[in-house]
Amino acid sequence: MEPAQFLTAPRVTIVAGKGGVGKTTTAVALGMAASSVGLRALLVEVEGKSAIGSLFGVGVVGYEEVELIPPGRGEGGLRARALTPDDALVEFLQDHGLKRVSNRLVSSGALDMVVTATPGIKDVLILGKVKQLERAGTADVIILDAPAAGHAITFLRSAQGLLDAVKVGLIESQAREVCELLADPTRCQVVLVTLPEETPVNELTETAFSLEDQVGVSLGPVVVNGAYPLLDGLDTDPEQAAREVGANLKRGEAESLALAANFRLERSALQQVQISRLRQELPLPQLHLPFVFTSQLTREDLASLADILIDEIGALK
Amino acid sequence: MTRRVVICCGSGGVGKTTTAAALALAATRAGRRAVVVTIDPARRLADALGLAGLTNSPSIIDGNWPGELYALMLDTESTFNGLVAKYAGSQEQADKILANRFYRNISGALSGTQEYMATEKLFELYEETDFDLIVVDTPPTRNALDFLEAPNRLARFLDHRLYRLLTAPTRGIVKAVNVAAQGFLRSVGKVVGGEVIADAIAFFVAFEGMDEGFKDRAKRVDRLLGSDETAFVLVASPRADTVEEASFFAGKLGEHHITVEALVVNRMHPDPGAGNPLADRKRAETFAGTTLGNLYTALADLRTVAQGEAEHLADLSERIAPAPVQRVPLLPFEVCDLDTLTRFGDVLLGSR
Repeated sequence: MEPAQFLTAPRVTIVAGKGGVGKTTTAVALGMAASSVGLRALLVEVEGKSAIGSLFGVGVVGYEEVELIPPGRGEGGLRARALTPDDALVEFLQDHGLKRVSNRLVSSGALDMVVTATPGIKDVLILGKVKQLERAGTADVIILDAPAAGHAITFLRSAQGLLDAVKVGLIESQAREVCELLADPTRCQVVLVTLPEETPVNELTETAFSLEDQVGVSLGPVVVNGAYPLLDGLDTDPEQAAREVGANLKRGEAESLALAANFRLERSALQQVQISRLRQELPLPQLHLPFVFTSQLTREDLASLADILIDEIGALK
Repeated sequence: MTRRVVICCGSGGVGKTTTAAALALAATRAGRRAVVVTIDPARRLADALGLAGLTNSPSIIDGNWPGELYALMLDTESTFNGLVAKYAGSQEQADKILANRFYRNISGALSGTQEYMATEKLFELYEETDFDLIVVDTPPTRNALDFLEAPNRLARFLDHRLYRLLTAPTRGIVKAVNVAAQGFLRSVGKVVGGEVIADAIAFFVAFEGMDEGFKDRAKRVDRLLGSDETAFVLVASPRADTVEEASFFAGKLGEHHITVEALVVNRMHPDPGAGNPLADRKRAETFAGTTLGNLYTALADLRTVAQGEAEHLADLSERIAPAPVQRVPLLPFEVCDLDTLTRFGDVLLGSR
């Protein structure tokens, strides 16, 4: 599939997965991939502080949009912002001619109460803002980095839940429009992320079925993150491998080489089992991102992950 | 582990639930009566213990050990309901609150309610049962502080002056204040619907008289969290972001005058010994396309990660010293039943 087509077919891509599986990494890589094929991409964070800005030298990403990659030289550009419910509510009220109410809500501290009184309002406000951005066409692609784990289902179910409880008011129409966005496969898709490990794969499968049943949102391909790239011949004795090419090993080096090789073989075997299990249990196409051998990703690492994503998307039918 | 309460905290996906369960199991194997409270809606502990569905009260886990192991899965709503029943002046008052929609939002969805109820459950077990050890897994939150501040959160919420304003009519206080509030409420009603506001007011009316009980309990829970009987165990993975989070939390615990008992770092890559990954990488390039080249690539990859992990952990270890750091390697098995949980526990405590 043409990457640009994949990324814009629905304009909104929601990236979800449990904590620690590389959800944010995937969201950023998708955004960078979109930019690199000439699309104007917007990355939306929802869980407050995001360290992603520092990788691009822009500091903490807040409510206002910041530019991570400028447009030009083939790049469509990547922007980012972090939506918070409080900011979104104030903006929502101002957009609806209720500036004075919003000021008073903030100054009296009553915001807490309104938010508590209305189930799911925080999530609806954030998704409502995303819907507004989608409608305004400020970006070709909007990548939403959803809350972690089970919260993703609550997050995406929020609008339906609010409609069950609230029958009138401005927020009700907002919730209705959010439901329309989520239910429309031409406007929105969810990309789930997992590690190739047993528990994450189980949870991903559960989440996928819940999302289809309870939210009715369209599921895109699944991202399997962190599989070790396969290397041939790792079961060879290092001494013998050295002899084959006429090389000498330093003292103790054979042990280190063997340890690293065995570790890699063992992990890879476990990972491959989980990848095929996921394929059997969840009939969705998979996009594979390799394990990056570092304990701290750099911008360059993310850029190469973005390139890999483009290739993987290109290979989709 | 001589403390009576152990709280495992850290960011999501670092093996908190597994660590909590393994600590409880280890105590059981040492002859103690232990209970583990899990919170994660993903039911990971239930998986690990081979239970289809844990309930909100401790259920015993069968096994061949000298002590007793119990587990429960926190049900936020029913824990809250129990608390309301406990502090209501009458059955009628309790029923009125439990049926109120605004209350149901608080008990189910108010941010921080889960954390608050986790501390409540802990306190309930502490007060009303005679377990030797209570291990608590904390909610997977980005802000681990929520847990620490949970006991006082609801107390503050109920204490807010706006609610006093809202409930004023029943107390017959100055009418003028109320008129101003009414206009404001009408505007808010335009946004979220008048019913919602009516529910909120009805809740605060029904809740009257109970806030003292709640606040008092919050104080006692808070005291337990800070007492010598409670130990905090930080759980992290060796990746830069979770170490940073653990560091931040360690600092905040310090501000609350709470010391970290131990740091558990799960999923460590094995250390292939001293060496320079750049040199390995160079050798890999020299022998590119051969088996030896691949072996060097595997070594360079592993060494890069292992050395990075050691670096990230250095500062944090220093920060929490003299508390021990338990390094648990990436294991060749998943913790998915009692057997693997036991093996995990052996590695966890054996590395002391």
